[in-house]
Amino acid sequence: MMLRNTISSSLVRLTTVAVCTSLGACSEGVLLPKGPVGAQEKQLLLEALIPMLMVVTPIIILTLWFAWWFRASNARAKYRPQWEYSGAIEFSIWMIPMLVILFLGSLAWVGAHQLDPYRPLASKQKPLVVQVVAMDWRWLFIYPEQGVASVNELAIPIDTPVAFKLTSATVMNSFFIPSLGGQVYAMPGMQTQLQLQANEAGNYRGLSAQFSGDGFSDMHFQVLATDAAGFEAWVARTKSAATQLDATAYDRLVADHKVGEVTYYFPVSGDLFDHAIDHATERPESTLAVSASAPGAAHIPARSEH
Amino acid sequence: MFGKLTLSAIPFDQPIVMITCSVLIVGILAILALITYMHKWTWLWTEWITTVDHKRIGIMYTLLATVMLLRGFSDAIMMRSQQALASSNAHGFLPPEHYDQIFSAHGTIMIFFMAMPFVVGLMNFVVPLQIGARDVAFPVLNSVSFWLTAAGALLINLSLGIGEFARTGWLAYPPLSELPFSPGVGVDYYLWSLQISGVGTLLSGVNLVTTILKMRAPGMRLSMMPIFTWTALASNMLIVAAFPILTATFAMLLLDRYLGMHFFTNDGGGNPMMYINLIWTWGHPEVYILILPPFGVFSEVIATFSRKPLFGYRSMVIATMVITLLAFTTWLHHFFTMGSGADVNGFFGITTMVIAIPTGVKIFNWLFTMYGGRVRFASPVLWTIGFMVTFTIGGMTGVLMAVPPADFVLHNSLFLVAHFHNVIIGGVVFGCFAGFTYWFPKAFGFRLHEGLGKAAFWCWFFGFYLAFMPLYILGFMGMTRRMNHYDDPAWLPYLLFAEGGAVLILIGILLQVTQLVWSIRHRETLRGGAADPWDGRTLEWSTTSPPPAYNFARVPKVSGLDAYWGAKQEVMPASSESFEAIEIPKNSGLGFFMSFFAVIGGFGMIWHIWWMGVLAIIAFIALIAWSSWDENDEFELSAAEVGRLERTQPHVV
Repeated sequence: MMLRNTISSSLVRLTTVAVCTSLGACSEGVLLPKGPVGAQEKQLLLEALIPMLMVVTPIIILTLWFAWWFRASNARAKYRPQWEYSGAIEFSIWMIPMLVILFLGSLAWVGAHQLDPYRPLASKQKPLVVQVVAMDWRWLFIYPEQGVASVNELAIPIDTPVAFKLTSATVMNSFFIPSLGGQVYAMPGMQTQLQLQANEAGNYRGLSAQFSGDGFSDMHFQVLATDAAGFEAWVARTKSAATQLDATAYDRLVADHKVGEVTYYFPVSGDLFDHAIDHATERPESTLAVSASAPGAAHIPARSEH
Repeated sequence: MFGKLTLSAIPFDQPIVMITCSVLIVGILAILALITYMHKWTWLWTEWITTVDHKRIGIMYTLLATVMLLRGFSDAIMMRSQQALASSNAHGFLPPEHYDQIFSAHGTIMIFFMAMPFVVGLMNFVVPLQIGARDVAFPVLNSVSFWLTAAGALLINLSLGIGEFARTGWLAYPPLSELPFSPGVGVDYYLWSLQISGVGTLLSGVNLVTTILKMRAPGMRLSMMPIFTWTALASNMLIVAAFPILTATFAMLLLDRYLGMHFFTNDGGGNPMMYINLIWTWGHPEVYILILPPFGVFSEVIATFSRKPLFGYRSMVIATMVITLLAFTTWLHHFFTMGSGADVNGFFGITTMVIAIPTGVKIFNWLFTMYGGRVRFASPVLWTIGFMVTFTIGGMTGVLMAVPPADFVLHNSLFLVAHFHNVIIGGVVFGCFAGFTYWFPKAFGFRLHEGLGKAAFWCWFFGFYLAFMPLYILGFMGMTRRMNHYDDPAWLPYLLFAEGGAVLILIGILLQVTQLVWSIRHRETLRGGAADPWDGRTLEWSTTSPPPAYNFARVPKVSGLDAYWGAKQEVMPASSESFEAIEIPKNSGLGFFMSFFAVIGGFGMIWHIWWMGVLAIIAFIALIAWSSWDENDEFELSAAEVGRLERTQPHVV
């Protein structure tokens, strides 16, 4: 087991180096994770890729070799016009894929459980809770414990698990920070969860990975991963610079659907996230070239579901 | 009177659209003028538009597919160019509201109006010939199926110049495709054209399943059917099982949009995620509907050109049927990131991987078919070997994304885009081209120019790698799909390579057009041995090229696999049997007129011109009812007449 881990991790390292060298600009991305979730997902990805390459590469070589060797003009190749069955080969060609899939299937099952986005991360630190609302076409981050909120800027302390709760005020989006790990959908009227953690300080790109309309391409945000002191300073700055965010202000924010600049809010009403889940309804029609309806029509109460 | 339709529906302010439309209109008018000038209208009407001959319907399906390939590829190269220009937040030449239509149209057209008609066309043309039948089970229905598909294609292309197309992506996920978020006619164009063509596809599926099960030549047991027929059977069973799901799902979205219902809305108790589940319970089987017949093509090609029977026929049949069953068990892998929980994700990850087992078996079977063979590198073989190499890579990246945590980081990225183009271009498209080149001499009596065909293959092959390998890397770098512009300059070099690949594919397409034109002009030099130009193994090669309307003057008797190869090994005594009278279905305009009313009705519903929509639907139903009582739909070709035809077009063997 030890040996296998050593071999596979050195293979993984080698592959990363190889891929990144060929990439040239591997500045950011899922192969250069900055946190434990991303690191495990990358590890799993390469652990699945390497054994498959070991099967696929010989198949490709054999294809080219057989085709070339058995070319019609090659008199040295033996022609066997009736040969169409071999029990041993039939057995092997079912067994080889089966064994590969047995290995990969267990990898998938174990991986799906270990890296379940809902599963809390093992850490001595208490997780930071961030409630995320996808809007047209920007992201609102609510910090219920700190009482602050921000648009398009996500500050997190490093070495601390972050428990994201996700929903959408409009259509479906997907919340994705490639440097930190996998994505989960943010869906209207529903709540999903995602656990991530940054181990290195830095600025990372966050984005929506699910097409959500004309402003989709600009729906990205900055992730500021700093040490605990830096995070405290960010919260303090946010508190000093900001305006209030309650249900009314939130509804205005949703209705004003623009590509967002960074803004900060303080104080923030405690039940705002529940309000966001319950009131996901329609894309306000103000900037769409269709018959104007009253802006209030956008606030029909929806069902609450979790 | 005209519903939502006003003159402002025509995008006069968009020069790209207006120039394209003008060129198209001029082109169409020129073709119509040419037909009139050459007095070909009667010929067109009796020989093609009203034909119920499965071969001609198959050819028309293929023609539709190639035209739509050009349309879909124009979209593709515009997208590639936009991304090559829109680096560092430059805005390129396409604003989002136009770009979003282009990628939605590209996906929709390539799947529904390129890949599907191509595959259905090949099956339509080949299957009855391969099983020794004189036509499909329901010839008139076959014509109806084709014309409904063509109606859908026409409607979707109308959206180019009248109004707009959907800006939602090719599967129109709600709530984005719901009325509050997509108030324009784009989604309605999408829904009505796919509803109409979807009915056509379903009817075609019913037709071919029946044909294969009930109309095989005497002696041909299921276990003696050519592999292409097996894959066609599997594909059409999937059509019959999966397309009703698509129709029902779209019907619910239509009810939401037209009657204010709440199946998939955010409010009123709707659940958009239900749509995503439903659409993929159709969508994943659709992948196998598309890929299984090309698997059959490759099997026929590799056996014929290796001069050997297919290795492991039984394995191949079992693998095909296992894929058919498992196709319905994997849909959730398209949205592992919905938060379904570890057990659900793990289960669907495993079911997805299990499909790789029979698929892997097939790759090995083709490999060992070449073993001990005499492989001739004709262009269908190049497509096949190109497929085996490319598809293996695409299969691998697919299995990679079946590992849920790997999918969490690759979902919706350009890695995914690269993966499905890898299997669709490397599998379906290569397979269609292989089949097209392989059966072309059967359909028209002359071969296609080999050199141009090979040159086109190499352009497609390297063009594919150049266009999509950079996309795998961009996926790793965190670039997501459907971006109109982006701010990371590190992505640009890869997108420029991808653009280069698209241009190489364009050269490949131009070579194919040249190949077709050159071959038609020089057809007399390409007729050599056209009845059986490749030394074929299956029954379609035993009749003339092109085959007579009745396919076989004498219905062949089958006693084993590779029926025609077996017959060729024996010295055949000249048949002394006399000919028999053959019943031939009469031409029917039903399909064309149904299609006409479907277009009018669909257009009326899209633009809320209610009187027009309702009248057309009534006419559509009346037409079905009226023709249901028409029993005078066949005529008899007398034995003497068959004999005369056979003497003027003698069989080669």
